[in-house]
Amino acid sequence: MSVADYLLLTAGMGVVTYLPRLLPLVAFSRRQLPAWFVEWLELVPPAILSALIAPTLFAQASPRVFVLGKADLLAALPTLAFALKTRSLAGTVVVGMLCYWGLHYLR
Amino acid sequence: MAQTFDYVKAGLKAAWPICLGYFPIGLSLGVLAQKGGLFPWQVGLMSLLVFAGGSQFIAVAMLGSGASIPAVVTTAFMVNLRHLLMSSALAVHFPGVSRRFLALFAYGVTDESFAVNMVRFNQGGWDRRSALTLNQAGNLTWFVSTVAGVYVGEFIPAGALGIDYALTGMFICLLVFQLRGPVFVATALVAAFCSVVAFLWLPGNAYVIVASCVAATAGFILKRALRHGRGKP
Repeated sequence: MSVADYLLLTAGMGVVTYLPRLLPLVAFSRRQLPAWFVEWLELVPPAILSALIAPTLFAQASPRVFVLGKADLLAALPTLAFALKTRSLAGTVVVGMLCYWGLHYLR
Repeated sequence: MAQTFDYVKAGLKAAWPICLGYFPIGLSLGVLAQKGGLFPWQVGLMSLLVFAGGSQFIAVAMLGSGASIPAVVTTAFMVNLRHLLMSSALAVHFPGVSRRFLALFAYGVTDESFAVNMVRFNQGGWDRRSALTLNQAGNLTWFVSTVAGVYVGEFIPAGALGIDYALTGMFICLLVFQLRGPVFVATALVAAFCSVVAFLWLPGNAYVIVASCVAATAGFILKRALRHGRGKP
């Protein structure tokens, strides 16, 4: 791939990844949103977080199949318990890493 | 001025789990890119202009298999559409903020910065300058680690210290912070279920958008139903 082609590629990727990040912020920060929409948006963060994590814990990536008992899931149990008990972000990250590391070491 | 400095410091302090998590991912992207024949400047340029892990991994793989520019750009667009949802949810916390600030902030909206900023905003007292700092700290780490990966990635043992789990651990804790009542818990459970099902049946990462929208709507209906139920004698 030539330098010009590569510049074109990254510029194109830059535009299409930037616009979805920018447009809703600009559009929705300057007007009064309907109450139902705000209520719906409030539920979006827990939904997105859960949707991002779940396949990592319960599925394998290639090929995509359901798996129960991945190291990711096993490490998630003490990590979740720790997060619920302490509500410490730093502690949870460290506990998660150690559990995951330990599990790989055991196998 | 001193106050701005404090906000920047708070942003950096909140950014460390993100930076820790980005490092191994950035390094591995650098390694793959180098194997795919990209130069350090090409990797660095893409990290600066695109700043989207998933899209960049896919782009490197697609370039390796000789895909056309429109094909790669279209895929990047699809992969990053989920940021529409995140940016919409964030907008509530930036009422009447200048377009210039939003343009700078939007550049750093990622799954990770969204999750941390959203929790901080909900807890209260989170200044938008701290949020911007956090976004840019993530971006800097991403840039440095992807370029470093081209040079040194091969010498780092895989799975060292369980660092691959840093982002999962962070997401788990941030999810816990988001569970502010039964409706939120129900929403998260629906999202987890839908996400796994959609992950198995839909191509790419459409599962994030589909599962989030379905779950937020289900949670919304549940909330309305509960309120309605209580309103009756």
